[in-house]
Amino acid sequence: MTVKQISVFLENRPGTLADFTQVLSKNHIDLRALSLAEASDFGIVRIIVDDIYNASTVLKEAGYVFSITKVLAVAIPDEPGGLTRVIRVLGDEGVNVEYVYAFTGREKGVAYMIFRVADNKAAAEVLQKNGIHPVCQEDLEKL
Amino acid sequence: MERYYQPEIECASQEQIREWQSERLVKQVHNVWDNVPYYRKKMEEKGVTPEDIKSVDDLYKLPFLTKDDLRDAYPYGLLARPLSDCVRIQSTSGTTGRRVVAFYTQHDIDLWDECCARAIVAAGGTKDDVCHVCYGYGLFTGGPGLNGGSHKVGCLTLPMSSGNTERQLQFMTDLGSTILCCTPSYAAYLAESAIERGLQDKIKLKAGIFGAEAWTEEMRHDIEEKLGIKAYDIYGLTEISGPGVSFECSEQTGMHINEDHFIAEIINPKTGEVLPEGEKGELVFTSITKEAFPLLRYRTRDICILSRKKCSCGRTHVKMTKPLGRSDDMLIVKGVNVFPSQIETVLMNKGYPANYQIIVDRVNNSDTIEVQVEMTPEMFSDSLSEVSAREKELVDGLKSMLGIYAKVKLVNPKAITRSEGKAVRVIDKRNLYQ
Repeated sequence: MTVKQISVFLENRPGTLADFTQVLSKNHIDLRALSLAEASDFGIVRIIVDDIYNASTVLKEAGYVFSITKVLAVAIPDEPGGLTRVIRVLGDEGVNVEYVYAFTGREKGVAYMIFRVADNKAAAEVLQKNGIHPVCQEDLEKL
Repeated sequence: MERYYQPEIECASQEQIREWQSERLVKQVHNVWDNVPYYRKKMEEKGVTPEDIKSVDDLYKLPFLTKDDLRDAYPYGLLARPLSDCVRIQSTSGTTGRRVVAFYTQHDIDLWDECCARAIVAAGGTKDDVCHVCYGYGLFTGGPGLNGGSHKVGCLTLPMSSGNTERQLQFMTDLGSTILCCTPSYAAYLAESAIERGLQDKIKLKAGIFGAEAWTEEMRHDIEEKLGIKAYDIYGLTEISGPGVSFECSEQTGMHINEDHFIAEIINPKTGEVLPEGEKGELVFTSITKEAFPLLRYRTRDICILSRKKCSCGRTHVKMTKPLGRSDDMLIVKGVNVFPSQIETVLMNKGYPANYQIIVDRVNNSDTIEVQVEMTPEMFSDSLSEVSAREKELVDGLKSMLGIYAKVKLVNPKAITRSEGKAVRVIDKRNLYQ
């Protein structure tokens, strides 16, 4: 009930992000989503890709420091209030969200939210109890 | 008119100075032979006995002492007096994290204070002055040394210690400080802060005594102009006593070494051979009046030149240049001694790779130190707060080891250039040694 996210360490100076995306494009890796968190001197870029195995091999060869984390991906209707409903459920059940970001797929009218929580299993149960079903890795690769 | 704290000593003839030195050296050598097994062993290894030392001319026969000896003998191994005779400890950082502790009897403190008093009087200090000391107080010798000297001169002493610039400026203007004692970079910072606040007219300073770190002539002119003072250099090291081992006079062309207490030699750092006056080499001190912690032929690792040229101030004691470099890898940052090995120790303890680089710079007359560390998969996580927390842990570890804030910069793996042979660990952009 989770998807795999790759988080990559980047130095905070001009060109590092471009160098990084170039490595991906050169190796035909398709990005589903990208989010960047920044500290003063470095950043962590978090990506969701179509082929996690290929992406991690490429990044390793290019000398990047990265980690793979399981996160929750939830499809929500692309309309006002769609996101609030999901977050409200998590909040009401006491699930703390560390970070969150969104992306859309090819399918019209649907957006996807990525949630990083401490306990994926517990959070997924909370969502399912409320009729919200997280997307799994296979679903994601088809998007 | 030039004024002196102890004119009969500071202006004594060369013959008189040599006579004092010889007499005190012979006595000191007997003292350490009798009371310090560590020294006796070192002398025996070199085949020297106290009988071989009859005057200053025989000084070269004695073995050298280095910071390694201080570490080996830590903490009590070089004590020449029972602890019950000691009244004070001061300390400085040493290599690989072990501190150097120096012991003082009351007599040692009195002589140290006198040395600092000479420096204050040379800078124009009298009992009518208000002496503002913002060197750190505590284990660091800066504050206690100038504080003691100021008392001897009879100045009204403001024991401000370092930091809290607002309070420094308030006391300086409200209480009319006339002599400022601190590191040159802090003096420059205070000067800028005073100008920013439009306080120039309220500042009554006439002189500054600045030491504990290297500074250039440009920096001197900058401080002198901004504060409207004359800026004097002062030199010292905890091992030998503290500030006041040597000090500048009105001529501002080098620092007079208090030769009645400290015999200075210049040696070739590679061979240990004593070099003639005027040649550049490593400065070596022998403390001939110290009771608790006498050091014989202590290698300072500071590179400088000695000169016996007649000085216009009338003082006869030998002059040393500002240190022109180091014969080891020690850095002085914000007046604090920093060894790359200390930084390495912290990195290793926290699980970081030993590949690192230290970048030292001076921005707006204030030293900065940055430690660049390569990121590793073990240290990385998708969570910014986790990585930041690890970074902070490293900053805290460095702070407790070095005593000063060092910025940590996490960089890509392999971002730090691997050099063939000896790694370039330190990049010092300050160009302090012209």
